[in-house]
Amino acid sequence: MKAPLFEYHCPETLDEALVILAKTENVKVLAGGQSLMAMLNLRYIYPDALIDINRIPGLSGISTDGEMLRIGAMTRQRHIELDVEIERVAPILTEAMKQVGHRQTRNRGTIGGSLCHLDPASELPTVCLLYDATVDVAGQDARRRSVNFRDFVVSYMTPGIEPDELVVQVNLPHWAKQHGYAFVEYSRRYGDFAVASAGCLIERDEQGCIRRAAISIGGVGSVPQRLQVAEDGLLGSTGDPDDIARAVAHCDSLEILSDFHGTSDYRRSVIGSVLRRSLTQACRRASKKITA
Amino acid sequence: MLQKTIKLQVNGCEREAAVDTRTSLADFLRHGLSLTGTHVGCEHGVCGTCTVLLDGASVRSCLMLAVQAEGHHVETIEGLVQADGCFHPLQDAFRDKHGLQCGYCTPGMLMTLKELLRETPDPTEAEVRDAISGNTCRCTGYQSIVNATLQAARVIRMKKGN
Repeated sequence: MKAPLFEYHCPETLDEALVILAKTENVKVLAGGQSLMAMLNLRYIYPDALIDINRIPGLSGISTDGEMLRIGAMTRQRHIELDVEIERVAPILTEAMKQVGHRQTRNRGTIGGSLCHLDPASELPTVCLLYDATVDVAGQDARRRSVNFRDFVVSYMTPGIEPDELVVQVNLPHWAKQHGYAFVEYSRRYGDFAVASAGCLIERDEQGCIRRAAISIGGVGSVPQRLQVAEDGLLGSTGDPDDIARAVAHCDSLEILSDFHGTSDYRRSVIGSVLRRSLTQACRRASKKITA
Repeated sequence: MLQKTIKLQVNGCEREAAVDTRTSLADFLRHGLSLTGTHVGCEHGVCGTCTVLLDGASVRSCLMLAVQAEGHHVETIEGLVQADGCFHPLQDAFRDKHGLQCGYCTPGMLMTLKELLRETPDPTEAEVRDAISGNTCRCTGYQSIVNATLQAARVIRMKKGN
């Protein structure tokens, strides 16, 4: 189908965009458009106005400093996928990005757009939750604030920002250089939304024991979920198959929903396998690097 | 605004036209510029047949507004033919290797593969399959498309070598 009628705004500065956003009712922000345009064409939504933020300078770019990897909200997913600095400091993002849609959608799709859309099956929110990322948000009158990603995830497809706010940057704190990582997902067809996905980060101490672990699960519930109890259980262990099996057993504590892609029983079975593969890979990568 | 006059480059030519702001780039190319080589399939970004190049990058033209292409360079299947009127090596290879049957997916396949071969002149079979994973073909089973792409890549590399 074709998109319904809407008023189109194309501001050239952030301030201008924020003014329009604050004073317009029933408005949607157009970032990469790879979900919004589909929703418009399918007439799931009828916004009165669109604010296209593609021509605002300064909203895209990738930089790192001692603390954080910083990614501008309008940075295209394909730039993130191909960025060599990201592959060095946060290789899980590169691995996850290859599983986001297809090259044609990654060429347009942005990180900020994906986070604000907050589809529970999409990879970027799952990775940001894994990292305890912070999201920099801009409002009118130079209002700026930083939102922890755990607070950013409010509920199904609902980000924790006000209607008059825009996401401008995403910040991912660094993990130790030799950390292990893996992003594994299962989908019915290559490039589809995940039925279940698991991102894992593992850090070992000098004795090879796990001193830091993070697990984030996507696709199975209404929002991406951290598996804190399994993370805690892994601390001090070596991450052998028995340790991983104990961690995977904690999937019972997840919120797991049924929909036309699969029943909750099916998803529970899939997420167990996906998490086991992801943890195994992350532990293997963590140990490989420390012995090297 | 509900309507806007836009200027853009399409296949190397400057074009200017008034468009409804809600019109997709795909519909603008087909109805506004009569470039009907770009096909429209699912209209929600799944099938890939509407793929065009925007400043050299493959994009779904059904998931972009025409007004967003203002000031950019759009390449469509009509622009693939060489300056001397000869087919692009991808087009030759698709003919030689039976890379199409009904032809509906072909414009999107070719534009995606043009980007792939520019970035990766000597792709593996897996890389070709990854590149066209966002283009749905219901006739060929993909094997002949992959074969055609690998042939085209060889031809382009040979031409560059000479």
